[in-house]
Amino acid sequence: MSKARMATVSLAGCFGCHMSLLDIDERILQLVELVEFDRSPINDFKSFTGRCAVGLIEGGCCNEENVHVLRSFREHCDVLVSIGDCAIMGGLPAYRNFVPLKECMEEAYLNGPTVYNPSGELPKDREVPLLLNKVYPCHEVVKIDYYLPGCPPPADTLWAALTALLTDQPVELPYELIKYD
Amino acid sequence: MEQTLEFTIDGLPVTAAPGETIMAAADAAGIYIPRLCAMKGLSPFGACRLCTVLVDGRSQSACTQPAAAGMVVENDTEQLQGFRKNLIDMLFVEGNHFCMACEKSGNCELQALAYRFGILAPKYQYQFPQREIDASHPDVLLDRNRCILCARCVRASQELDGKEIAGFVGRGGEKHLAASSGCGFVGTDVAADDAALAACPVGALLRKRVGFSTPIGQRKYDHQPIGCEKELRPEKSSTTSDVQKGVAS
Repeated sequence: MSKARMATVSLAGCFGCHMSLLDIDERILQLVELVEFDRSPINDFKSFTGRCAVGLIEGGCCNEENVHVLRSFREHCDVLVSIGDCAIMGGLPAYRNFVPLKECMEEAYLNGPTVYNPSGELPKDREVPLLLNKVYPCHEVVKIDYYLPGCPPPADTLWAALTALLTDQPVELPYELIKYD
Repeated sequence: MEQTLEFTIDGLPVTAAPGETIMAAADAAGIYIPRLCAMKGLSPFGACRLCTVLVDGRSQSACTQPAAAGMVVENDTEQLQGFRKNLIDMLFVEGNHFCMACEKSGNCELQALAYRFGILAPKYQYQFPQREIDASHPDVLLDRNRCILCARCVRASQELDGKEIAGFVGRGGEKHLAASSGCGFVGTDVAADDAALAACPVGALLRKRVGFSTPIGQRKYDHQPIGCEKELRPEKSSTTSDVQKGVAS
């Protein structure tokens, strides 16, 4: 039987959850026995090469590109897992949800104390993804199958959930592996 | 001879003194009924409804309902635990609970209940409400983003501190905690070591400049679920299962 394929991505996240995945230490050798990485920052594949069993989503959706990528993950992955508080509830980027987008942009590009912007223009290059009005949790954009909270989720949590998912076992997390911080 | 009442909780025999609440009797019998607004030493309030039990088939809050002889109380049932889980979910989405940046994390009763119930993500939509903070006092901070309106600070201030530092303002979704002065907590006689601050179950009413003093791993709920100290026979530590699958779908 060929190995299951797994894809990962960091949307509006800090890559901390991916660092936590690397924190499984030498168990990563067991992980590559179980999976082949498809699209992921781990191997730097920028697009999908085929159908994936598992997709790990770090970060919420703060711009239109995040939404496109997330939908593409939903399309290509059998099981989609939100990992980390940003994917689950927006996380620190969602602190901007309390400030209107216009004010955010003006603070960042016009009024901030260290801003030098003599033209007074806001970014409008078509290469720059448009920001959403607020930061959305992933499950408010596409269907998400599993959630692993934490900032980041402990490496043991990721390991326990991944090995269960990849071996068709139920995901059962003991008390100490569920953390919101 | 002291008169006692006998009744059952989930089929287990429990005794209570006349006037004692179901919750107090349950605590004494080593049965944990989840709660947020109830706190030992404060008068019952019945706000959070987490302690809702079925008494002879009818919903009652265990923190306010006095025990009566012969009553049949259901507490640990799938339906009630489901209701409680929903209530916790709703508390998470109706406020702004950024656990990763909160100094109460690890010692927070709301978070601890979510852990105990194995909640991986709330199933309701996040509201991201606009809430004001009151940082006017030099030693006390009120962050309404985290306030769950349990009134434990209000009651502790009145009943334990002999003060009246805060009360509720507004109704429905507008209801919020406010200092009993026109200019925030700086205008009240609140002190950093008031029982009112210690009574806050979440990170809403805080003493300034003492946050994050306990390392991760040594905080109150890092290893043991909330309520296990009350249970005679702690349940097997709770695990999530594939029932969690698709909670937000």
